[in-house]
Amino acid sequence: MNARERGPRVSAAAVIRHRLFWPAAVLVLLLLANVFFTPGFLSVELKDGHLYGSLIDIARFGAPLILVAIGMTLVIATGGIDLSVGSVVAISGALSCLWITGLEDQQSVTGVLTAVGVALGLALFLGLCNGVLVAGIGIQPIIATLILMVAGRGLAQLITDGQILTVNSAPYKLIGGGYWLTLPFGVLIVLAVLGITAFLTRRMALGLLIESVGGNAVASRLAGIRSRGLIVAVYAFCALCAGIAGLMISSNVSSADGNNAGLWIELDAILAVVIGGTSLAGGRFSLGGTVLGALVIQTLTTTIYSIGIPPETTLLFKALVVTAVCLLQSPAFREKALNRRRRRPQAAPASADPKVKVPA
Amino acid sequence: MSSDVLTAGPSASLRGRQRYLPVMVTAGLLVAMFTVGGLRYEAFASGQVVLNVFIDNAFLLVVAVGMTFVILTGGIDLSVGAVVALSTMVTATLMTDHGWSPLAVVPLVLLIGSALGLVMGCMIHYFDIQPFIVTLAGMFLARGLCYVIGTDSISITEEGYTAVAQTQIALPGEMYVSVSVVIALAVVLVAAYMLHYTRLGRNVYAIGGSEQSALLMGLPVARTKIAVYTISGFCSALGGVLFSLYTLSGYGLNALGMELDAIAAVVIGGTLLTGGSGYLLGTVLGVLVLGLIQTIISFEGTLSSWWTKIFIGLLLFVFILLQRLISARRS
Amino acid sequence: MDDAPAPILRMRGICKEFPGVRALGDVDFRLLPGEVHALMGENGAGKSTLIKVLTGVHAVDGGEITLDGSPVSFTGPLAAQQAGISTVYQEVNLCPNLSVAENILIGREPRRLGRIRWKEVRRRAAELLARLELDIDVSAPLSSCSLAVQQMVAIARAVDVSARVLILDEPTSSLDAGEVEQLFRVMRRLKAEGIAILFVSHFLDQIYEIADRMTILRDGRLVGEYLTSELGQVELVGKMIGKELKDLETLENAPKDIAAAERSRPFAEARALGRPGSVEPFTLTIHEGEVVGLAGLLGSGRTEVARLLFGADHATTGELSVGGAPVTLRTPRAATNHGIAFCSENRRAEGLIPDLTVRENIILALQAARGWARPIPRRTQDELVDKYVNALKIRPADPDRPVKNLSGGNQQKVLLARWLIVEPKLLILDEPTRGIDVGAKAEIQRLVAELSDGGMAVLFISAELEEVLRLSHKVGVLRDRRLVAELPNDDDLTTGVLMETIASGGRA
Repeated sequence: MNARERGPRVSAAAVIRHRLFWPAAVLVLLLLANVFFTPGFLSVELKDGHLYGSLIDIARFGAPLILVAIGMTLVIATGGIDLSVGSVVAISGALSCLWITGLEDQQSVTGVLTAVGVALGLALFLGLCNGVLVAGIGIQPIIATLILMVAGRGLAQLITDGQILTVNSAPYKLIGGGYWLTLPFGVLIVLAVLGITAFLTRRMALGLLIESVGGNAVASRLAGIRSRGLIVAVYAFCALCAGIAGLMISSNVSSADGNNAGLWIELDAILAVVIGGTSLAGGRFSLGGTVLGALVIQTLTTTIYSIGIPPETTLLFKALVVTAVCLLQSPAFREKALNRRRRRPQAAPASADPKVKVPA
Repeated sequence: MSSDVLTAGPSASLRGRQRYLPVMVTAGLLVAMFTVGGLRYEAFASGQVVLNVFIDNAFLLVVAVGMTFVILTGGIDLSVGAVVALSTMVTATLMTDHGWSPLAVVPLVLLIGSALGLVMGCMIHYFDIQPFIVTLAGMFLARGLCYVIGTDSISITEEGYTAVAQTQIALPGEMYVSVSVVIALAVVLVAAYMLHYTRLGRNVYAIGGSEQSALLMGLPVARTKIAVYTISGFCSALGGVLFSLYTLSGYGLNALGMELDAIAAVVIGGTLLTGGSGYLLGTVLGVLVLGLIQTIISFEGTLSSWWTKIFIGLLLFVFILLQRLISARRS
Repeated sequence: MDDAPAPILRMRGICKEFPGVRALGDVDFRLLPGEVHALMGENGAGKSTLIKVLTGVHAVDGGEITLDGSPVSFTGPLAAQQAGISTVYQEVNLCPNLSVAENILIGREPRRLGRIRWKEVRRRAAELLARLELDIDVSAPLSSCSLAVQQMVAIARAVDVSARVLILDEPTSSLDAGEVEQLFRVMRRLKAEGIAILFVSHFLDQIYEIADRMTILRDGRLVGEYLTSELGQVELVGKMIGKELKDLETLENAPKDIAAAERSRPFAEARALGRPGSVEPFTLTIHEGEVVGLAGLLGSGRTEVARLLFGADHATTGELSVGGAPVTLRTPRAATNHGIAFCSENRRAEGLIPDLTVRENIILALQAARGWARPIPRRTQDELVDKYVNALKIRPADPDRPVKNLSGGNQQKVLLARWLIVEPKLLILDEPTRGIDVGAKAEIQRLVAELSDGGMAVLFISAELEEVLRLSHKVGVLRDRRLVAELPNDDDLTTGVLMETIASGGRA
């Protein structure tokens, strides 16, 4: 009988209630606003075997952010946070560029692959360090990752010796600036990482275990979940994603800037996760939501450029978005807003009293 | 037997002294750094070098004082760097572009900073949103406002202001300090008095110790938490004024990452990031340690500036580990 | 009825309802000056609610509170405190980072021109402690003091506000015998000063040592007010759990093949297993196919025994062998690997993941045991979930609904299902039937019997003696964190015998 109630008629309401509805709606709205200002905005054309168009640009420039945000989603789902991703972006870009400048032949594919491997290896190691600090030693995530956030910038500058390292390597350029099968290569990387992550978390049982640890750590322990290894792995994965993003960013401009590469990307990534509907308290996460959130941020940036507002004011919009999203997520805010609407004071909720049991 | 159980015993006073341990470690570190510097470099061991550390970091000291209040309650304020930048920007544009008097500009800037802190404090307390995310929004807002004012650096040419900026207050022994240092030290003294001798200050410690208990003990938790973020906003604004005195300009990219320096100074100064334990003296020492690292690196000559960040990161790591060990042993 | 002095505090006809629950119905309570008055009742009887209504944490729905003859109504604990009603809770609600003196006086420090006079603070704190005959270094940080001293500091803070009524809510739960004696000395002293003390404790010995009078609540209703000297321990237990001794004797026991259970192989054997501050060393053997019941009042150490057997807490003394081989259980995971499962009494905090669906909650333990790389195929999930949703009658029968939207009884069944699908050899059930309706209760009881018939060992913890008796082959009795008796469930064992054992601690 339940199934009959959920017939096709209710589907409109179900769509609105779907948790990806609002991020998707905002994205569509932003895109429509762009069409209003630049009529040809949605058109995509094929030139020289490459796809061109504003939509492709949004995906291409948004690729690093999406990657970092995917890693951040898993970290936030465990109830943590990783502030060090921006530094890892800078370090990985710097190390791979340094390696490539040391190559005799910068066009050597094996040389570039080694550079990529070394850079990602370091990123993975840094992520493991974060994970051990959080899960092994028990330091609050914000603080544990703050260390690498501060020191990592210095480390990146140390690697580049404070210079902007430029490389001239066609294979390396492919990662962030090249095309393959008519699509930007970076977008393909994002699709691959997204696919693997979705496979590991949704087809395999990783997602369930992560959501369980983030949703109720005590109960998860009593259910026999070994959360320590899980958390370390998640931080390592997050750093790996940041490492790949770092390669993309440095490859796109064929240079590594230890100071500015990936600056503020941790904040954008957190914002993308939050817009995507994953709670900062941990638990349920949505990879699709995160991707939408990252696209919203990237589209917002593009829109501001195309409308002709000074691009620096993007920050103001972000401030508004963060505030609005957090207020909507805050149970205290919702309760207060609801109470005002109902115009009657609520009795103290039963949850305030730990000894009152769930009524049967 | 009864009094045996109930007397806290001699070990208690020993453990009481343990409260000062983190500050003493920082002080020892500072002395060691100064000694090493004095042995390695000729002109290092002079009083003016120490005073220069104060002169170059007066604004950071003020910002770190505000941060100390916030961290003592167990919170965090990521907006301080942006508020410093906004303050330099407002100061510069009002004086240079609109010809306002500093006597009107400075109070206005301090008011803006405090108001921003007040709003963030209210959001944190009444809507129960993590301080980290609220102050992140505050940071975006303040940086965004900077760019709304202008994207270029605005230099300050107002006569009275530049005169104050260039004033050197002579000390015995041919040494001098700037006006900023005097202001910063005054802020430290007032803040230390507040923390130790007023109910507001003690409530800050109580909330950091246990917010739940503070509530049940009937302490004004809401008022105190909001006050703490307001104080931090005020200190950031004042830090911005000192920063503009130091550079005589306003720029939206000023003080990038200063929130991290301020947090690092507070942590290295021995304040627990979980709140409830720490001293302003420690924060002063923490700022001095950061400043001395920069001084040593500039004296060394061959070491590049990014080593500063690496050293600060390492120190943060060591001190956070130390904190963790101490709190683990307590429980 | 009244031959005592006029009560300082009187509560009449108190009613309090929470959404869906009647927490207090028409409860009367009075407190005389200079007495220690124990508030008694099992879990959910309404003790905490009564205290919270009294101190203004909850508003009353009906009834009247008078203090010194005049009606009062407090907006919160602070207002109650200012009127002279102070509360000290089990968890010390002080700030461990502040000094003893500050904890006593914070919020009302003596000041001059806004400046705190520290000398005066220390002097007054020392004075207050001296009044309680306590000699504590007032400038030491509270965290350096023992829990007992912290408790005394909390009391010193409470009585400083010229208290006339002092509420002590389970202050002795974490104290050892010597420390309890200290507390009682302070209580007697305060009593001599004419302060009325409301005392809540689960330790019967303590009640009989310190309390002059007691009020018993059950299921949110008043059972009665008694002089401690006139009410025996057995009668008290009977009134708390709602059965008179003579009623109980006649209750029928389902016949049990006790001998068969004893003949089967022992599955888990605990020898002097213990953990200081949690439960004293106990020895207990659980055979395959045997249901071992644990009886005892709340706080007697029932849950602690379960947690040690499951590795949720780490046993510091004694040894445990499972299936004949000695094991050390450092984590719950180790226990599940040995085929032990544990349903916590605290469903919300320690059992379910509220945001996850019924399906996910059910497969969680099995998935954790298999590891993340071996997901349970969707079809197997559906089969398992459907099987247990039907078998346990989980309603609504929609496995994709978040578990937080289910009723308490259904949540309990979800938790049970989680452990049943891992097919454990020993199932530990801590209060599986508390707070759930009669129908669900009967289903769970029937299930336990079936499982044990199928060869599973079950450790069944419940506050309801009939239930324990109906299901168990043998019953362990706990009192004051000690396993005091192990009784085979033969024809001679009745709830009456159990009650006497609980009341006497097996000494009689």
